[in-house]
Amino acid sequence: MKNFTKGFIKENPVFVLFLGLCPTLGTTGSALDGLAMGLATTFVLVMSNLFISLFGKLIPDKVRIPSYIVIIASFVTMVDLLMSAYTNTPGPNGEPSLYDNLGIFIPLIVVNCIVLGRAEAFASKNTVISSLIDGFGIGLGFAFALVILGSVRELLGNGSLFGLKFIEGDGILIFVMAPGAFLALGYLIMIMNKFRDKTA
Amino acid sequence: MEYIIIIISAVFVNNIVLMQYLGICPFIGVSGKVDTAIGMTGAVTFVMVIATIVTYLLQQYILEPLDIGFMQTVSFILVIASLVQLVEIILKKVSPALYQALGIFLPLITTNCAILGVAILAFQKDFNLAESVVYAFANAVGFGVALITFSGIREQIELSSIPEGMKGVPIAFIIAGILAMAFMGFANIV
Amino acid sequence: MAKKESTFGSMVVTLFLVTLASSAALGFVYELTRVPIANAKAAKKNLAIKRVTPEFDNQPGEECYKVPAGGDTIYFYIARKGDDTVGYAAETFSNQAFGGSLKLLVGFLPDGTIKETAVLEHRETPGLGDKMVKSKSDWSRQFEGKNPDEFLLKVKKDGGDVDAITASTITSRAYCDALQRAYESFKEGDKQ
Repeated sequence: MKNFTKGFIKENPVFVLFLGLCPTLGTTGSALDGLAMGLATTFVLVMSNLFISLFGKLIPDKVRIPSYIVIIASFVTMVDLLMSAYTNTPGPNGEPSLYDNLGIFIPLIVVNCIVLGRAEAFASKNTVISSLIDGFGIGLGFAFALVILGSVRELLGNGSLFGLKFIEGDGILIFVMAPGAFLALGYLIMIMNKFRDKTA
Repeated sequence: MEYIIIIISAVFVNNIVLMQYLGICPFIGVSGKVDTAIGMTGAVTFVMVIATIVTYLLQQYILEPLDIGFMQTVSFILVIASLVQLVEIILKKVSPALYQALGIFLPLITTNCAILGVAILAFQKDFNLAESVVYAFANAVGFGVALITFSGIREQIELSSIPEGMKGVPIAFIIAGILAMAFMGFANIV
Repeated sequence: MAKKESTFGSMVVTLFLVTLASSAALGFVYELTRVPIANAKAAKKNLAIKRVTPEFDNQPGEECYKVPAGGDTIYFYIARKGDDTVGYAAETFSNQAFGGSLKLLVGFLPDGTIKETAVLEHRETPGLGDKMVKSKSDWSRQFEGKNPDEFLLKVKKDGGDVDAITASTITSRAYCDALQRAYESFKEGDKQ
């Protein structure tokens, strides 16, 4: 259980460990994009953790990292292929499809430090079951952070949440653009720090 | 003229860090001091240009003729990872001085998404080899401009009094946000 | 269980097996998804074309001709209903937009009248330049039903007939530039 919950608050990859920041900033223009990215990463994380905890002991030490990278990259490519087949439908008014929104950040899951980090630090040393739980925990913790950041940016920048508009007109537009991503994440980390200090 | 547009667009208008959100980890991680920022920029420039050349040739002469474009991610990342190792070994033998300066940054570069990102983007933009090289170099310069400016500001910030909860990473993001706003001013120059 | 020894042989064998398994698995997934990916791409193109042309019953994404223009190429997709050609969709562009390049899809009726326009790709400022997108404002509807021979595709400030978006003259000019380029290539393509 501890392996599962640690990813949300105590060892949250984004808010506490500052890992995987590129997709965190790049795919959180809306809550839905953030959720999709979080789930795609979770899939890769769980699958690579599973395979590395199964076969890790058979891999000679010196070619450990390249082997892990190939395993991770294979699952990333699978996600990429599947998403371009099934999430590539544009919206009714020609809004870009989910696949287009995430764009280059899908192949870039492979260089997300979280995935390789968990493979090396956890899955290669632990049992299959606990590696699976670790993968889910950290992955969903990452998704959780992306959804929060995406919601804040979408709410402030566009007056909507998961595409449901409830404030008329434009929002504070800077929040859906690049500077707003940095600002929103900075303030969120500050609030998270405060929150953790109190509970600790 | 083409090349100048590519350079200005990559360095200022679509700055890789501040506008495209690539290479954020080193941007936050090694920006405490101007010296390390310069070292990191050197290492990134070196690897980014070589990696883009090698992945371009790989794409053009192996993946496309064999019609296995779906192996792109796997092969690119493998090439980049081995390239980084190779550069490290060669540098150690050929130029110990340069190795001293860049060595500690090299291992970090494999997981720098800017390298893989630029390699993929150069392919997606349909650049030829010369344009790809210019594009990679310009993006490395853009990375350097953002990183060195940012670390300079962070050195100053260390000395000023900031609210307790803001110290460290949160204030770094706020600065990055303001820097990104400044870069938005370049929007119309190309 | 002890860690495996790193000998040259074991390293080569391991790496070979890992990459072999990886490419086999990927080849399998690729075969599975190849048709759905192609379908999704074609559907996306036809869906975009449908937004700017009259109703059609062919696959315009597959009936296309090219006209060179402004150092690049403009693609025209032909929409047919039965045996009649009901319209053309042109994939046009301008490099003079505020955020760099702008890509539009323009639907022409066979006589050259603009049916509808749609933005494919843009990097304009949210809240200002992006009012050209139909879901944000009705600005782009002023082109509908106009023939560029009579309706001068320039903003009023430059002596044309087009009302510019408030505070976004550059974006409006780029939009006109893209439409004008599409229209010229349309007539060019007609001659051939």
